[in-house]
Amino acid sequence: MRRLPLLLPTLWLVGFVALPLLVVLMLAIAEPGPGVPPFLLPFGWEGGPVLRPNWEPFALLVEDDYYLSAFIRSLWVAGATAGLCLLLAFPMALGIVRAAPRWRAPLLLAVLLPFWTGFLPRVGAWIGLLRDEGWINGILRGLGVIDAPLPLLYSDFALFIGMVHAYLPFAVLPLYASLSRMDLTLEEAAADLGATPATVFRTVTLPLVAPGAAAAFLLVFIPAAGEFVIPELLGPSDALLVGRALWQEFFQNRDWPVAAALAVALLAVLIVPILLFQRLEARR
Amino acid sequence: MRRVGLWFGLLFLWLPVLLLAGYAFSDSRIPFQWGGFSLRWFHALAQNEQMLESAWLSLRVAAGAATVAMLLGGAIGWVLARRGPFAGRALFGALAGAPLVLPEVVTGLSLLLTFVLLQNLTGWPAERGALTILLAHGTMGAAYVAVVVQARLAGMDGTLEDAARDLGATPATAFRTITLPLMAPSLVAGWLLAFTLSLDDVVVASFVSGAAGTTLPQRVFSMLRMGLTPEVNALALIILLLALLAAGAVLVAMRRRTEM
Repeated sequence: MRRLPLLLPTLWLVGFVALPLLVVLMLAIAEPGPGVPPFLLPFGWEGGPVLRPNWEPFALLVEDDYYLSAFIRSLWVAGATAGLCLLLAFPMALGIVRAAPRWRAPLLLAVLLPFWTGFLPRVGAWIGLLRDEGWINGILRGLGVIDAPLPLLYSDFALFIGMVHAYLPFAVLPLYASLSRMDLTLEEAAADLGATPATVFRTVTLPLVAPGAAAAFLLVFIPAAGEFVIPELLGPSDALLVGRALWQEFFQNRDWPVAAALAVALLAVLIVPILLFQRLEARR
Repeated sequence: MRRVGLWFGLLFLWLPVLLLAGYAFSDSRIPFQWGGFSLRWFHALAQNEQMLESAWLSLRVAAGAATVAMLLGGAIGWVLARRGPFAGRALFGALAGAPLVLPEVVTGLSLLLTFVLLQNLTGWPAERGALTILLAHGTMGAAYVAVVVQARLAGMDGTLEDAARDLGATPATAFRTITLPLMAPSLVAGWLLAFTLSLDDVVVASFVSGAAGTTLPQRVFSMLRMGLTPEVNALALIILLLALLAAGAVLVAMRRRTEM
C-alpha cells in the first residue's frame, strides 16, 4: 500500500519520459527504410542477435554545413532572445517589486494575462502589425519617415519580436522571485554609506539577483533553442534553425533517423545549460 | 522615471492582445483593418463546423490531459516533498523535471517514436490521435503540477501530519484529512496550468498525431501559415474571456477557502 504512490508515477515516468529518450537514441542509429514505419532497427534477430548500427545520420550532421549552421544560428537566436528578455524583464521585475504592495499582485497578473489569449493568435496579431499594410508601416508612412513599406514581416526583426514576446514572462517571474526576496534595506545602507546609485546597483543589487537572472536566462534559452512555430510563422522563409530542420526531416523528407539524430544533437548541446538550470533551481 | 521600463514592457505584452480583441469586432474581410463594428466573425466562427469540431476535440483532450497531469503530478509532488529518501530519488526527480526543460520538438519526436514502436510490438496504441495527444500532454502537464504541489507541500512542514498520526490516525486517514486538503489549491492551480498548456500546444500534438491533425491549435497554425483571417481574432477573444472567467473563479474560491 505504501509503495503504490511511488510505483505508479515511477512506471509512468519510465514509460513516457525515460523510454522515449532511449528510443530517440536508438532511432538515431537506425537505418532509414522504405517501409512503414520508415526505418530498420539497429539490432535484430537473424538466426542470432545482430547489431547493425548506422552512423550515417550523425556523420551527415557533422559533415554537412547545412546542419552545423542551423545549430550555430539556433544558439545565436536563443542567446539573443534570452539576453533581450533579460534586458526588458529586469526593469519590469524591479518596477513590480518597488510598487506599493497592493499593486504587486495585479501587476504580476498583467504580465501573465496576455498569455491566456493563446500563443498562436498572438503570433497572428504580430503578423497583422508587421506586414506591409500593418500598423507599424502605416504609422511610419503617416509620419513621412518612409515612402515604401519596410519588409518587416518574415525578417529577423519579426522573428526576435515574436520570440521576445512569447518568452518575456519566463524571464520576469524568476527575476521577480529573486528580487522580492532581496532585502531592500541593503541598498539603502549602501546609499547611506555614500555609494552612488550606480555603485549600489553594481555592488549590491546585481550580485544579489545574479542567480535569479541566470535562471531567467536559461529558462528562456533552453526552449528557444528548439523553437519551431515562431521562426516558421514570422521569420525569414529560409531561416535555418534546428527546430525547423528537425520538423522538415521528419514531416517532409520522412527521414526519421536524421530527425532523431538532430534531436540527440540538440539535447547534447543543451545538456550543460539544462544541468546548470536544475542546479540553480535546487539551490533555491 | 523608474516605472518607464515596466510600462514599456506591459505595453509590448498587451499591444497585440488589445489589437486582436478590438479587431475581432471589425466588419472588414481583411484582418486588422477597421470596417465598422460587427459581430460577423463570431457568427462565422459559430457556423464553422470544422473549427467547432476541433475546439470540442481540444477541450476534451485538454480536460483529460489536465486530469491525468493532476493525479500523476500530485503523486510526484507528494513523493518529492514527503516521501523522504529512497533508492533512485535523484533519478526520479530528474525524470519528473525533464519535460520542463526538453525542447518541444524533442519531446514530440521522442514520444511519437515510442508510440510507433509500442504499436509495432504490442498493437497498442492502435491509432495516433486524441489518445496519444492526451498521453503526451498529460506527461508534460504532470511535470508542471509536480513543481506546484511540491512547492506547496514544502512550504508547510510535516508536523500537522505527525500530530494526526500521534493522535491515532492511520496513514490513509492522515493523508485524506490533512495532506490532501493542504494540497488542494495547488492541485486546482496545476490542473488549470496543464489545461492551458494542452490548449496551446501545436508542436507536440503535431508529432504524436500527424502534421495535418485536427486539434484547434493545429487548425489555427495551418490557417496562419496560409494567411490571416479575422476569425482567429474572434476565437482568441473568446478563449481570453473564458480564461479570465476561470481565473476569477479560482481566485474567488481560494480566497473563500483561506477566509474560512
